[in-house]
Amino acid sequence: MSAAARVWLGSIGRRLTVLLAVIAALLALLSWWMVTSFAREAAERTQDNVLIASATTIAEALWSEQDAIRLELPYSAFAMLDAIGEDRVFYRVATADETLTGYADLLPPSLPAAPGDVAVATLTYRGDAVRLVTVQRTVLAGQRPVTVMVSVAQTRSGVGAISAGLSRTAALLSFGFFLLAVGLGAVATRSSLRPLNSFAGAVARRGPSDLRPLRREVPDELSPLLAALNRLMDRLGQSIRRSEEFIAEAAHRIRTPLASVRAQAELALHTVEKDGEKQMLRRVIRAVDESSRSAGQLLDHATVSFRADALARDPIDLADLAGRVTASLQPTAEMKDIALNLDADGPARISGDAVLLESAFRNVLDNAIKYSPEDTAITVALDGENGHWRLSVRDQGRGFADEPLPELKERFRRGRNVAQVVGSGLGLTIAEDALEAHGGHLDLTAPKDGPGACVTLVLPAS
Amino acid sequence: MRYLLVEDNIELGDAVVARLSMDGHAVDHATTLAEARDWLAVAEYDLMLLDVMLPDGDGRQFLSEFRGKNPPPVIVLTARSQVSDRVDTLDLGADDYLTKPFDFSELEARCRAVLRRRGGPAPAVIPLGAALFDPSSGTLTHDGQEQVLRNRELRLLEVFVRNKGQILSKSQLLDRLFPQDAEISENAIEVYVGRLRKRLAEAGVQIETVRGMGYRMSLP
Repeated sequence: MSAAARVWLGSIGRRLTVLLAVIAALLALLSWWMVTSFAREAAERTQDNVLIASATTIAEALWSEQDAIRLELPYSAFAMLDAIGEDRVFYRVATADETLTGYADLLPPSLPAAPGDVAVATLTYRGDAVRLVTVQRTVLAGQRPVTVMVSVAQTRSGVGAISAGLSRTAALLSFGFFLLAVGLGAVATRSSLRPLNSFAGAVARRGPSDLRPLRREVPDELSPLLAALNRLMDRLGQSIRRSEEFIAEAAHRIRTPLASVRAQAELALHTVEKDGEKQMLRRVIRAVDESSRSAGQLLDHATVSFRADALARDPIDLADLAGRVTASLQPTAEMKDIALNLDADGPARISGDAVLLESAFRNVLDNAIKYSPEDTAITVALDGENGHWRLSVRDQGRGFADEPLPELKERFRRGRNVAQVVGSGLGLTIAEDALEAHGGHLDLTAPKDGPGACVTLVLPAS
Repeated sequence: MRYLLVEDNIELGDAVVARLSMDGHAVDHATTLAEARDWLAVAEYDLMLLDVMLPDGDGRQFLSEFRGKNPPPVIVLTARSQVSDRVDTLDLGADDYLTKPFDFSELEARCRAVLRRRGGPAPAVIPLGAALFDPSSGTLTHDGQEQVLRNRELRLLEVFVRNKGQILSKSQLLDRLFPQDAEISENAIEVYVGRLRKRLAEAGVQIETVRGMGYRMSLP
C-alpha cells in the first residue's frame, strides 16, 4: 500500500472529512459558476434594453420635410448609454440606399423581420466586440414610405466589468461557504465517529486477560463488530483454557510415573546392601530428577512465554512476594542447614503478573539453595534505586565459573562448574523471560568481597 | 503420627506408605476421593497428603469441601508446575505443596514444617539420659538449659532414638539424612555424629562407633 493510500484508508474520519470537503468544493464551484453566468446575462440584458431604448428614441426623432428625411439626434439617446460605463458608442441611421448619418460601415448582420421588431447582434467592430441593436421605422417622405434603419452599438467593457465584479463577490461568498461546509463536515464526522471511538476505548482499557464478552450499547452499524469481537474473545478464552489444561495434563502424565520410579528406587536403597547396587539406584534417582526437572521447566517455560504475551497488571508488593517464596523454600534450605536471611521491608509496589514473578524469584532462590554448600547462608535483600526495585539473592556457594555471565541466561545453558548438580539450564531463562515481560532484567554478579554469586531481579517500580 | 495419603498411583502410594511406616508413622492409603472421605469419617489424622488429579475428581475441589470443618493440615502433591498451579492450592487452604517427583527427605522436611506451623499433635517429649528431647520443636533440654538442634542433627537424633541399641551403618544414615540427588560422601555422617555427641555428652548419652559396622546409641 502506498503512503497516500495509507493516509486515505487509514482513518474513516479523515476519509469522511476529505469526501465532505470535495463535495463542498464542487458545490461552491457550481454556485460560483451559476451566479457568474446569471450576472453576465443580467448585465447583457440591461445593455440590450438601454440600446433598444436609445435606438427607439433616435427612431422617434425622425421626421420628413419636402420628401427628405430629417433627423436631429436627441441628446437623451446617448445620455442614457452613459449609465452603462465608459464605453464607446457607435450609431448609423440609414435607408435602404444611403446612410443618413453616423458610421457608414456599421452594418447590422441581420435586419428586424418586421417594423416594430428589434434585431440584436454581437460583432466585432473596429477591433472591439460590440453589441448592436437595430430598429426599423417607416417614415413618409412626401407620399412615399421610406424604411429607415437605426442601429446603435456599444462596446462591452462596462458589461464585462460589472459581471467580473459580481463574479468576484460570488467567488468570495462561495469560498466562505466552502470553508463553513468543511468545518461543519469535520464536526459532523467527529460526532458520528464518537461511538466508534468510545467502543475502541472500552476494548483498549481491558486487561490482557480479561476475556469476558463486551456488553455495551452500540449503534446498529457497530453491533456486527461487537458480536464478532465477542465471538473471538470466547474462542480465545477456550483455546487458552485448553492449552492450560493440556499443560497440566502433560505434567501429570509425565511426572506421576517418574515420581513412582523415584520413590521405588529410594525405597530399594534401604534394602540393598552392596555399594555397587546402591550406586546404581542413585544413578536411577539422578536420571529421574534430571528428566522431571527438565519436563517441569519446559512446561514452566511454555507457561511463562504464554503468560508474558498477555501480561496481567496486578498490584504486587515485592517484599510480600519475597517473604512468601522464602518461607516456602525454608524447609528445602533447612535440609542442608542453610540459613535463609530475609532483609526485605515493604511495601515495594510494582504492577505485573504475580505468578510469573513468583516463578522467577523461586527459580533464582531455588538455584541458590541447590548450588550452596551445607551450613552456609543465603541473603535475600530488597532495595530501591532510580525507580527500580532490586531483589537480590546472594549465596556463599561456588559462584560462577570463569565464563561470560550473560550466556548463563541462555536457554539450556549451564555453568561450567555445576556438572554434578541436577539441573535443566532453564531456571535463569525462565526468570529472565518473566522479568523482561515486566520491563526488568536479571543481573548476575560475582561479589568482590567474598565467595558465591549474587543474582538480582531488577524491576521497574510502579 | 497418623497420615492419610490420597494418591491414585498405586506404586507411588505404596512407596510413600512404606517409607513413612519406616519412620514409625501410621499411614492409611486412599486411592479415590470417595475412599478418602470414608477414612476421614472414621479416623483422626495429623496430616493429609493429597494428590490433585484423582480418578473421581479434582483434589482442589476436595480441599474446598473442608472449609470451616477443622480439617487436618494438608500437603498437596502435584504434578503441575508451580507456575500454573501453586497459587490455587494454597488459596484453597492447603498448607504446602510438593511437586512430583519428590525426595522423601524433602517430604519429611515439609511435613515437619507444616506440623510445626500448625501446632501439630501434643508434643511427645522423649527422655534421653538426663536430658529431654522434644522432636517437634527440635530442642534438647538439660539442667534447664535448652539447646536448639540444627536440622540434620535433629533428624540424625530421631533416627537413633527410633533405633535404640541397634547398629546403624553410615550408608543407612546417609540415605535417611540427605536427598538422593546429592553427592555426599560418608564423611559427612562422621561430622554430624561428632556434633551430636557433643550435644549429648552432658546428658550422659553416648553414640559409640562400632568398628567396620557403624554407630549405636546407648542410654545410661
